[in-house]
Amino acid sequence: MGNPSSSIKKTDKMSEATLKRQKHRLSSSERQLEILDNHEAVEIPAFQQKMEKIDLFPLRPKGIEIFQVNVGKMCNQTCKHCHVDAGPDRQEIMSKETMQQCLDALSQIDAATVDLTGGAPEMNPNFRWFVEEISKLGKGIIVRCNLTIILSNPKYHDLPEFFKKHRVNVVSSLPYFNARRTDAQRGDGVFEKSIKALKMLNAIGYGMPDSDLKLDLVYNPSGAFLPGDQIELEKQFKRKLQRGFEVKFNNLLTITNLPVSRFLDYLIQSENYEDYMNELVNAFNPVAAKGVMCRNTLSIGWDGHLYDCDFNQMLELKVAGDSKHISEFNELTLSKRNIKTSQHCYGCTAGAGSSCGGATT
Amino acid sequence: MKETYYNREDLKKFGNITEWQQELGDKFFDYYTSVFKEGALSAREKSLIALAVAHTIQCPYCIDAYTSDGLKRGIDEEEMMEALHVAGAIRGGASLVHGVQMMNQVKEKVMQGG
Repeated sequence: MGNPSSSIKKTDKMSEATLKRQKHRLSSSERQLEILDNHEAVEIPAFQQKMEKIDLFPLRPKGIEIFQVNVGKMCNQTCKHCHVDAGPDRQEIMSKETMQQCLDALSQIDAATVDLTGGAPEMNPNFRWFVEEISKLGKGIIVRCNLTIILSNPKYHDLPEFFKKHRVNVVSSLPYFNARRTDAQRGDGVFEKSIKALKMLNAIGYGMPDSDLKLDLVYNPSGAFLPGDQIELEKQFKRKLQRGFEVKFNNLLTITNLPVSRFLDYLIQSENYEDYMNELVNAFNPVAAKGVMCRNTLSIGWDGHLYDCDFNQMLELKVAGDSKHISEFNELTLSKRNIKTSQHCYGCTAGAGSSCGGATT
Repeated sequence: MKETYYNREDLKKFGNITEWQQELGDKFFDYYTSVFKEGALSAREKSLIALAVAHTIQCPYCIDAYTSDGLKRGIDEEEMMEALHVAGAIRGGASLVHGVQMMNQVKEKVMQGG
């Protein structure tokens, strides 16, 4: 089990540049899917087979509660686990026209929450306009803010105030409560800057007791292991961040790393792929399988294409059916689709389950 | 594959020990599960104790199991290593405290001045 299957060859050394910039073979979604689809190579059952056994295949949506928009792949960071392969060199940015199409779709549906992600979503030049327009529709807004963006350029220093004005739920990644593991995953100096940004958010009421400004942190393990109990980790994070830095937040959301893009590359490079996939399969939880996020989420790519989730988006697995682009959005057609799956989906069904909103059980 | 006394695959087969003695095996695993539940000590504290003991008894299976368990629980590198130093201190101390016995015997058998 220690050695990955001979069909999965190690690739060149890991680098801080995006896979796309390196012209890395895993920057191709076809190549990633070839690896993921070949479940026999790592001696695991097909995800479809597991789901059939519990009458969940084909997997069907339950309605759109969360409308998740990836407004672009540009980011000021190049995190080692990033499933988007985001970074400063990525040019894919959602246009204002596509944003308008998202708003048109949103005005037709009951989805309560719009979840904005990237890249660093704030780097899209129309980000603020988009947030203002969504706010006018009366939807709850989540912004997946990487924290360091706030300090990266004076033009972003007022982001906390902007978030406050629109009652944005700020959701930020912080893989650990110390610099070593955080910087190892997210880049040198990221922990220190993240703490500064958290203090700025706290200072205007985010994450504070008796405040309705919500600041949640995301914990992804910084390595080839699954997250532990969300409540236990939250207690630790709260204690350590309070004692060490006087930082407060609301909830800790534990998210399992899925074997997609740079995390897939890491798993193969570190010879952990086979073990990790087996660990995910061994932790398969039928209750988590029932509550996977793709059943209540629609994911919209920077170019307007529709996906079952952000991971399928990065694997370029467009939704099944005739409503494949936001310009042809049709809620009824989408509600009848079958959700596309492969072996990466084991990441969402392991243990207490995993979603963009944390554990699902 | 090179044959060794310890094979990490065997850890996953730990449950198989019930095959040849179901009743005692089941009792052991029930007990084991209860021991590690949150109690007067937190599950996290118990995991660190288990890690230290694993190194004391030098059980490779237990070291693998409680290193993984610690990572999942968010236990950091310093905490893990400090737990091992507790084990090391007790182990070292156990040797050195017997030095008193050695000293006693030397004093009995060797003429003392003064």
